[in-house]
Amino acid sequence: MSTQDNETTEYQFKQKHLIGLADYSAADINHVLSQATNFREILDRSVPKTPTLRDKTIVNLFYENSTRTRLSFELAQKRMSADVVNFSASSSSTKKGESLKDTVRNIEAMKIDMVVVRHESPGVPHLLTKFIDANIINAGDGAHEHPTQALLDLFTIQRHVGPLRGMKIAIIGDILHSRVVRSNIIGMKKLGAEILLCGPKTMLPNTLKSMGVEITYNLEEALAWAQVVMSLRIQLERQEGGLFPSLREYHQEYGITMKHLAKYPQFTLMHPGPINRGVEMEGLVADSDRTIILSQVTNGVAVRMAVLYLLAGGSRV
Amino acid sequence: MLVQLLSPEDLNRTITRLAHQAVERFDNLEHFALVGLQTRGVFLAKRMAEHIESLYQTEVKLGVLDVTFYRDDFRTSTSKSLPEAKITEIPFDLTNMNILLVDDVLYTGRTIRSAMEALNSFGRPAEIRLCTIVDRGHRELPVAPDITGLQVPTHENERVEVHVKEVDGQDGVFIRRKNKVLNFTSDQPKEAK
Repeated sequence: MSTQDNETTEYQFKQKHLIGLADYSAADINHVLSQATNFREILDRSVPKTPTLRDKTIVNLFYENSTRTRLSFELAQKRMSADVVNFSASSSSTKKGESLKDTVRNIEAMKIDMVVVRHESPGVPHLLTKFIDANIINAGDGAHEHPTQALLDLFTIQRHVGPLRGMKIAIIGDILHSRVVRSNIIGMKKLGAEILLCGPKTMLPNTLKSMGVEITYNLEEALAWAQVVMSLRIQLERQEGGLFPSLREYHQEYGITMKHLAKYPQFTLMHPGPINRGVEMEGLVADSDRTIILSQVTNGVAVRMAVLYLLAGGSRV
Repeated sequence: MLVQLLSPEDLNRTITRLAHQAVERFDNLEHFALVGLQTRGVFLAKRMAEHIESLYQTEVKLGVLDVTFYRDDFRTSTSKSLPEAKITEIPFDLTNMNILLVDDVLYTGRTIRSAMEALNSFGRPAEIRLCTIVDRGHRELPVAPDITGLQVPTHENERVEVHVKEVDGQDGVFIRRKNKVLNFTSDQPKEAK
């Protein structure tokens, strides 16, 4: 790998932002995943830090609460030696009535190279690309997309279960409110996986069939079919909407139990976190060796490093 | 224009010699490890390790290193695409080891600088030495090889290529002249008509 090398491969990653997986081709997604493999290895080193982004300044703009995603992004940025500033809406000028546009333009005036944004309204990351010149990464916008979560799920399935082409993936739970599901369906379809959605009718709109997925309301059917089961978090704060009678009833219908694990020994269980123990799954299930939930968390850092690396590099001349 | 500097047999002989020199240089093989730089250095290091193993009936530790994320020029290089990182695999503890880095061509020295930084993220080796098949000059950093196969004076717009059969289909060392800057045609004897 001498500097004189000028090898050109046919494929070139040309994205400047990561707004959603809808904008990424299968080749783009595969490229991110293959680069993530190298970053995953770096995380196991005794000094898991590279100087790759030491000339970049990144702002994490979180208008909505998030622990896991924000920590994961911040860790990825620090592992690559970027300068990081955090902005959370609860303790900021937004409270003083400043508009999103003004906030972002002010931040850009401070010479920021990349913005990671989470917002409760769909479309905010896309809107930002029109205001400012920095690379924008969507860390979740309303019920629209959460592309890095989907990428880390894809990466984890590939790494721990197998290639996505033809992989049978069942997604269980509150499909309606989940941006993770939207991004995941888009990414999984592009890489050739088969998808079965499962949940209560109130949380599983029929219209999703247009995305090329199958639908069932029967948990046993989904568990019997799947190689990978992705259980989604029931958003307790939405329970008042009356989408299901009670948490206990939800658990009885759609909660994954130790009995299920014994009856259907073929599937691997994932969950984007945070888990409600005793709702989406029994506590013992969450702790069992059939889950790869903690691998998802570790892989999330590697995948975000790959995204940051590719977008930062893509902005050059 | 591609000019061959070493034939497959020449290259093989050079690798054998470098393996011998490595043993001579390091003496104690117990704490010795070869680390090949992606891409071609990996295969060159592997062949050196095989030579040493068959000569001394001992196992040689072998690592693979990709330095892409440690480069200082990955975003400023003239190439259009971002360099694609490859696998890194150091399956042993580097601490207190004597490391011989193996690369195909030594040019500006920037790859080697990155490699030293990358190695330090795995631990603290006792020493790091450098083995390169071709030294083509034009250094931009204070880096010097400890063991060299071949020194070739070059022009900056030439490229020196070490080919290995695992990647390129056949072995050999070549020099590629991109522009026809050097024009010797007037000195060539003209063909009789």
